[in-house]
Amino acid sequence: MDTGKEAVMANKSCGLCCTKVKGITVTQGKAVILNDVSFHIHCGQVTAIVGPNGSGKTTLLKAMLGIIKHQGKLNFLDAKGKHTGKPVIGYVPQNMSLDRSSPVTVTDLFLSSTGRAPVFLFQTDRERARVREYLSVVKADHLAERRLGQLSGGEMQRVLLALALIPAPDLLLLDEPVSALDDAGIRLFYSIVAGLRNSFDLAIVIVSHDLDMVAEYANTVVLLDGKVIESGPPSEVFLTESFIRYFGKHQAKGC
Amino acid sequence: MNWIYGLMDTLLPFEFLSHDFTKNAFLAILLVAPTFGILGTMVVSNRMAFFSDSLGHSIFAGIAIGILLGFKDPLLALVGFSITFAILISVLKNKTGGATTTTISIVTSLVVALGISFLSSGIGGGFSRYSSYMIGDILSITSSDLLSLLAVLVIVMVFWWFLYNRLLLLSIHTHLALSRGVRAYLLELSFMALIAVVVAISIQWIGLFIINSFLVIPASAARNLSRNVRQYHLFSILITFTAGISGLVLSFYWNASTGAVIVLITGVFYFLSLLVKNRRS
Repeated sequence: MDTGKEAVMANKSCGLCCTKVKGITVTQGKAVILNDVSFHIHCGQVTAIVGPNGSGKTTLLKAMLGIIKHQGKLNFLDAKGKHTGKPVIGYVPQNMSLDRSSPVTVTDLFLSSTGRAPVFLFQTDRERARVREYLSVVKADHLAERRLGQLSGGEMQRVLLALALIPAPDLLLLDEPVSALDDAGIRLFYSIVAGLRNSFDLAIVIVSHDLDMVAEYANTVVLLDGKVIESGPPSEVFLTESFIRYFGKHQAKGC
Repeated sequence: MNWIYGLMDTLLPFEFLSHDFTKNAFLAILLVAPTFGILGTMVVSNRMAFFSDSLGHSIFAGIAIGILLGFKDPLLALVGFSITFAILISVLKNKTGGATTTTISIVTSLVVALGISFLSSGIGGGFSRYSSYMIGDILSITSSDLLSLLAVLVIVMVFWWFLYNRLLLLSIHTHLALSRGVRAYLLELSFMALIAVVVAISIQWIGLFIINSFLVIPASAARNLSRNVRQYHLFSILITFTAGISGLVLSFYWNASTGAVIVLITGVFYFLSLLVKNRRS
């Protein structure tokens, strides 16, 4: 399962564009959830955000998305180093709590998010074929006509991942995408994410509890607890005192 | 209007449709069925039955305010008040977080009590004058009233055409919708205001009980039968329509309240849909 890492070595477009997260601060009432969080994200790379429960990981992603009140900003520089304003962000939320009886299919979800025509009236064959094409990127084309409530946790995450890729994002934010999955599901998901990193020109930020996977797939780790405690390649961060204090000794493979 | 009556006489030569008032009622159901069938799908998906019920009850306060302000036509005051009430509820919903249902039900109770106190006192001239708002009287609908039902249907269809996709995404996952640029709060508010307008305009003829049943029961039955959102809409409209027409015909021959018979028939559809659902799974 080292294909992802080898491929990233061969990936030439990697690291050319850059998103600078600058001084993100989030307060709720008097509590400071995030204090002056800054780090850089490069495309072609996976940046993992780790930290204890309540350390503000999900809040950070929401601030980056701009869907909660925050200070600070994202600066996106494209491959030529030109400032291009806001990056296009794809977002995969944390486990969806869904009404299992909901009569909404995967295709309905896709067309309602990406199409203009009202989905309760028109769904052309061409659009449906396009949805299956999008889904095939995450090996989920067979799920197109399935109802959302019938999907397993892993299937749901892959479908949401495919959705996050439309329109083609500069930045992909994944919020604990594998917390509800079994081992095989986690492997599959990470191998797909690693594949995306190589075949699309995008940067991936992933909030994760799974340190083995972080060690294997992440290029950069940000240890977060209200603020940035440590950041750097997993091989370095995993050895720092503060990391060991939070997670104990952990083997960082290679990197 | 006359050519529509003529057309109905040719196409539907049934005895019960020989009167103008039954023709009007028939046309009213033709207009109301898609309106409520469509809206109901989202009311059920977003678990808003409680809200539409509150809204229906609050109209008594709307009428009272209309009388106090000296409006000749209660409709204007009703629509205005319903929209205000919808906005109030939505603000409460966003401010209170967890305690939503309790807070909303307290506010609703107070508003309803206020309305009924006024209407039953000397100012309103006794509550019995307003009881038609409870069960509705579709047989009293006039051809000019039909125009306002048509207007309601057009408003709902335009809203659905342009905003349904976003509304669906929002109902699936708030943050996902936000991340894709849906302005959740504004959209939710407009949807609630839309329901407010529909309820306020149609309540005189359809009645409070029937409005909420029409919003909730056919869509719930359709939900049990459908595999995607297109079927959901189709079944919801078909059930509303079938229950409406058959309820009208049966109540005419039984000499019973049209609204009540319609609600009973939607109930039959609901239980049938449960049977189908259980057989499938």
